[in-house]
Amino acid sequence: MDRIDAWLRVCAIEEIPVLGARVLRRGDGDDIALFRPAPDRVFALADRCPHKGGPLSQGIVAGDTVTCPLHGWNIQLDSGQACAPDVGCARRYPVQLRDGHVWLSLFALAGEEAHAASAAPAPEATA
Amino acid sequence: MKQPRLVVVGNGMAGIRTLEELLKLAPGMYDITVFGAEPYPNYNRILLSPVLAGEQDFDDIVLNPLSWYADNGITLHLGKQVTRIDRARRRVLAADGTEAGYDRLLLATGSLPFILPIPGKDLKGVIGYRDIDDTRTMIEAAKVKRRAVVIGGGLLGLEAANGLMLRGMEVTVVHLAGWLLERQLDPVAGAMLQASLEARGLQFRLDTSTSAIVGNEAGEVAAVRFSNGDEIPADLVVMAAGIRPNTALAQEAGIHCNRGIVVNDSLQTYDPRVYAVGECASHRGVAYGLVAPLFEQAKVCANHLATFGIGIYRGSTVSTKLKVTGIDLFSAGDFMGGDGAEEIVLSDPGAGLYRKLVIRDDRLVGACLYGDTSDGAWYFKQIKDGTAIGERRDTLAFGELAMGESGTAGQDRAAAMADADEVCGCNGVCKGTIVKAVREQGLFTVDEVKKHTKAASSCGSCTGLVEQILMNCLGSNFQETPKTKAICGCTDRTHGEVRQAIREHRLVSHAQAYAFMEWRTPNGCATCRPAINYYMLSTWPREAIDDPQSRFINERAHANIQKDGTFSVVPQMKGGVTSPSELRRIADVAEKYKVRMVKVTGGQRIDLLGVKKEDLVDVWRDLGMKSGHAYGKSIRTVKTCVGSEFCRFGTQDSTRMGIELETMLANMWSPHKVKLAVSGCPRNCAESGIKDVGIIAVDSGWEIHVGGNGGIRTEVARFLCKVRTPEEVKEYTGAFLQLYREEAYYLDRTVHYIERVGLDYIRRKVVEDADNRRALYERLLFALEGLPDPWAERVAGAQAREYAPLAVGPAAPPARAIAVTLED
Ligand code: SRM
Ligand SMILES: Cc1cc2nc3c(=O)[nH]c(=O)nc-3n(C[C@H](O)[C@H](O)[C@H](O)COP(=O)(O)OP(=O)(O)OC[C@H]3O[C@@H](n4cnc5c(N)ncnc54)[C@H](O)[C@@H]3O)c2cc1C
Ligand code: SF4
Ligand code: FES
Repeated sequence: MDRIDAWLRVCAIEEIPVLGARVLRRGDGDDIALFRPAPDRVFALADRCPHKGGPLSQGIVAGDTVTCPLHGWNIQLDSGQACAPDVGCARRYPVQLRDGHVWLSLFALAGEEAHAASAAPAPEATA
Repeated sequence: MKQPRLVVVGNGMAGIRTLEELLKLAPGMYDITVFGAEPYPNYNRILLSPVLAGEQDFDDIVLNPLSWYADNGITLHLGKQVTRIDRARRRVLAADGTEAGYDRLLLATGSLPFILPIPGKDLKGVIGYRDIDDTRTMIEAAKVKRRAVVIGGGLLGLEAANGLMLRGMEVTVVHLAGWLLERQLDPVAGAMLQASLEARGLQFRLDTSTSAIVGNEAGEVAAVRFSNGDEIPADLVVMAAGIRPNTALAQEAGIHCNRGIVVNDSLQTYDPRVYAVGECASHRGVAYGLVAPLFEQAKVCANHLATFGIGIYRGSTVSTKLKVTGIDLFSAGDFMGGDGAEEIVLSDPGAGLYRKLVIRDDRLVGACLYGDTSDGAWYFKQIKDGTAIGERRDTLAFGELAMGESGTAGQDRAAAMADADEVCGCNGVCKGTIVKAVREQGLFTVDEVKKHTKAASSCGSCTGLVEQILMNCLGSNFQETPKTKAICGCTDRTHGEVRQAIREHRLVSHAQAYAFMEWRTPNGCATCRPAINYYMLSTWPREAIDDPQSRFINERAHANIQKDGTFSVVPQMKGGVTSPSELRRIADVAEKYKVRMVKVTGGQRIDLLGVKKEDLVDVWRDLGMKSGHAYGKSIRTVKTCVGSEFCRFGTQDSTRMGIELETMLANMWSPHKVKLAVSGCPRNCAESGIKDVGIIAVDSGWEIHVGGNGGIRTEVARFLCKVRTPEEVKEYTGAFLQLYREEAYYLDRTVHYIERVGLDYIRRKVVEDADNRRALYERLLFALEGLPDPWAERVAGAQAREYAPLAVGPAAPPARAIAVTLED
């Protein structure tokens, strides 16, 4: 289904290391981790591990997963789902790579769940 | 291209395990067809004994339900026995006429019970003990018949006898040898076993051979006759006198057999299209009869079927347990000894305890335990690893607990634990969770338990306990995690093989390494990448390219990540010595950056905890101190005592010695962290006894101790040598550490490395061979020379991006969007 969305340029793709990540600080919202598992691919997830909130942006990126730096959960970059045997999900943000720049969906950023229907629901906050 | 066709003959434990391994490696690669003579899906044959004993049902022991075959697109022919292999036209034919063509054929036909060729063997009521039908025959017979005779006092025979007895029959076991389980036990343990089985009601005739089975008019078994002329009445006879590899099919097809289908180290038969695994195969002259080796074969065979072609099967050491509830015995390796072997025997027949260890050339080669088998896994591991016993000889017989375990690896504990007791303190996994996973998901190895439950996957101190729980659940079906295991799931190569390839083929970049060693993943995983990175850097210093993305966050950011995502900063404080101005600067920085806690560490320096990542570089700049590497697989601290400068007992200037060592080793990366200490006299206030290198000053010089560890498992450092001058201390210490850097496996501390190669080896390389020592020392200095202090480098601007977050303002409403596009 086509729908209109608005996209916000975040950075040039080159600013994210290949097999690495950068964290996007937002004054009023959760930090977002931007991952670059291959030169021309980028994914965006909430920078909160579904286990105990570890900063996923600090993990090791390999294949299509990131390994959380705190206790080693593996999180799938495309879905935000934890790999078995762990269960949990980091919120996913729609992201695009255009002309060498990374763009995030503004609706999703603004928390417009209706428009970001494809984004996975935010995980329950863990204490 | 059409999918190649794989046909498996034999729907049993080895054949199906091979398919499982294959599907993990290369799902969808083959069009798979399985023929099984039995009309059931693959079940756990081992557990037939608990079924016979009434402890489990058939449903409990099914390993792969029919849905598993369907889900994996496998064509399954149940109840169809393959009767012919047409190798010329590459197809197999079943008794009912079913045919299947193959490109690869896997024979996994198992064994047949050996039926003694004596008169009466075909009478009704004479059976073998191999499959569920045999088991059911026994269960039915026990309902209406009274007397059973089991021929064979081996594992199978005793399990059959025990089961029949529990089902109410009077059972006599007839055995040719002079004691029970003569292939698993020595005569003493065999006699203890016999006594406890007799106490339960079994009867035995040892040293007895059977000459005939006597029938009645109806063609049913009536009695068993022995070669001495005796005869005893019997309504059921179970032949458990051994097994024979089931090779008829292969033999008839002209495939070379010799007591089994002969296979090479890739499990390939003489026909390269045909593989064989399991009890039907004969590898280097051995046909195994236990599952652990068969599973190892399955893994290698799958690797070759998946055309990775790098697995090698080298044969297995096996251990056995008898699955008779309430009787604990364990044996492994060469437990009989004799012929130049030394034996350590502990015997307490009154308490029903017996323990015999067989030692050759300072290595444990066999063990036979009766009564208390809790140390079985531990001994088995030592037999397989072949580690030197050395000074541990005195306490070896008392088992693992006597070895100074400070962690939670206690052995006896496993059985005594309640389901709710915690096993893995790191991941909060309790015993019940592990037992459940083992049972329900059919786990066999510690690695599998790690993967499915996370137990033992963090600090590893509970591995012993997990092994023990596995053993209790699985009996001899338990597979010990081999020391020679692959680095991770990306490869089958071991740490040793990877190190060798990097050295021999001058691999200096990740891309090169993964391509050359045929990694299964494009860029490794969080386990192998840091290891490969270290191996390349340590083997090819100043040449290999350090990859920050292959380093754990602490080493990438040069600070320790904390639970809340902030970092801790531990500046270098050589030898634990500081100054008022340094302390003042630390205090100023702590205030300026609102450091949450200032703490004195266990390593004689100061930790600033709770620093935000984006402040790190500024903190370092303001501190003006060097990195203490408190975050790395690297040199950590050199702890010192005050020594002769101040202390009334001090014999040498230990503080200065420590500072010199810490200066020399600055910025050194290593397989794991490295900690040193220098004490000024044998009172040892710097705790040199539990350091990777611990120096103790004495009046005439310096003692060097190596391989200590004060962490998860306390290990006292072992004396390496004594030297006279500080210069020698540096040379010997440097040479030892370089040897460790070049040869240890990633994440092995010095104690683990020494355990693997032996202290004698270290002495030869470092103490006795002066040229080699100097060469090692020079290589260390070469590798360290010019290594930058990572904090200074970053203050000067290196890796700035690592520390700077990206930022956008508060998310703008759509109206102020910078770009509006149509999503496709
Ligand atoms: C800060 C400190 C505790 C303290 O406040 O005193 C500490 C803190 C940590 N230790 Fe330690 N250890 C500290 C001294 C020790 C000591 C004592 C010593 O060094 O004399 C030991 C036992 C001695 C030894 O290592 O042989 C010690 C044995 C461990 C171990 C177990 C190592 C082992 O091989 O058994 C680990 C786990 C590991 O490294 O895998 C560990 C791991 C850790 C980690 C890195 C856990 C982690 O990965 O986050 C902790 C980091 C906290 C942080 O961010 O600062 N820490 N740790 C000490 C820092 C010393 C320093 O100045 O560098
Ligand atoms: C009662 C009992 C207890 C045991 N206890 C233990 C134990 O505690 N620990 C341990 O390690 N091991 C134990 N074992 C041994 C273990 O079960 C075997 O080592 C293992 O099952 C062998 O696996 P396999 O695949 O080689 O043979 P099997 O599991 O026997 O599978 C072979 C299959 O091939 C089928 N087949 C044969 N020929 C053909 C053909 N021409 N066409 C089609 N199908 C064919 C057979 O019907 C059979 O189903 C025990 C065995 C028994 C019988
Ligand atoms: S500092 Fe060391 S002992 Fe303390 S909690 Fe952390 S790892 Fe455990
Ligand atoms: S917080 Fe991510 S694994 Fe624990």
